[in-house]
Amino acid sequence: MHVPDGFLDAPTSLATGAVAVAGVSLALRGARRELDDRIAPVAGLVATFVFAGQMINFPVGAGTSGHLLGGALAAVLAGPFTAVLCLSVVLLVQALFMADGGITALGTNITLMGLVGVFVGWLVFRGLRAVLPKRVSMVPPAAAVAALLSVPAAAGVFTLLFAVGGTAPIDTSTLLAAMLAWHTVIGLGEAAITGLVVASVVAVRPDLVHGARPLLTAHTLEIRPTVAP
Amino acid sequence: MTTGNRSRTFLVTGLLVALLVAGVASYYASSHPDGLEYVAERTGFGGTAEDSPAADGPLADYQTEGVDDPRLSGGIAGVLGALTVLLLGGGLFWLLRRREESGDDAPADRA
Repeated sequence: MHVPDGFLDAPTSLATGAVAVAGVSLALRGARRELDDRIAPVAGLVATFVFAGQMINFPVGAGTSGHLLGGALAAVLAGPFTAVLCLSVVLLVQALFMADGGITALGTNITLMGLVGVFVGWLVFRGLRAVLPKRVSMVPPAAAVAALLSVPAAAGVFTLLFAVGGTAPIDTSTLLAAMLAWHTVIGLGEAAITGLVVASVVAVRPDLVHGARPLLTAHTLEIRPTVAP
Repeated sequence: MTTGNRSRTFLVTGLLVALLVAGVASYYASSHPDGLEYVAERTGFGGTAEDSPAADGPLADYQTEGVDDPRLSGGIAGVLGALTVLLLGGGLFWLLRRREESGDDAPADRA
């Protein structure tokens, strides 16, 4: 869903640029709390993996494809603030070096995939984690559902931006219906990849999964007295 | 020490997987337009897309300039892009991280 230059007019691109700057500044502060000596290299790996994952376009029918956005994945693995930075670095490298996503559209792409994708993904994940049984095995399915919803959410916000500052006169409800329909199907792919990757990491190193840590802490506190002395 | 080795194994394995995805598996990715491009074409604003100022770069469109073999060209671009993200992201996160003050909590990890 990389927005190229030219889709949105200059004022809208400037506005999303400002939103992106504000969001990344907040994330730079918040990420300090999520990162330590142990997690920082893992977070670098998460960003690298999101870049790699975004290269894999999967067919979704009718000559259309989709690819991982990675917002929910990065948020569950590395924490939401770090995830915003992961996606921003990925989008920056893509825009500057791969010509994937426009330069004036970089703020728009960070807003859509970095902020909306991560925020919605993390919010849904937190909501599910709160209501599901407090078990680590619930983390991958919760991450998958979060991933599924994060994609149409980003598509919906794009439609909103296009309604405000699109450079072509397109009927908003037609655009919204098409964007939501296709991106819900793409969201299924996002959910599958996210669930699979989170499940793999949870299986080998649950302690490195940000979204699983509160569930592990409860567990560790329970067994520690019998191990410590 | 064992925690450090375990973390290192995890990181190295993860990086290998990421580089294989970017450098090898990406060749098999679908070349159909993605959801946004498709919807843009169908609803009639696909033509408003402009070429990125970065479109003439040596790695533009995930192809390496001067490398003719498509598999190699895409693979090199994918790996270089992934390593750039690793360098920038990893560097940023390393700078941002909380420094351990007492050195009590996980000293063996980065030994």
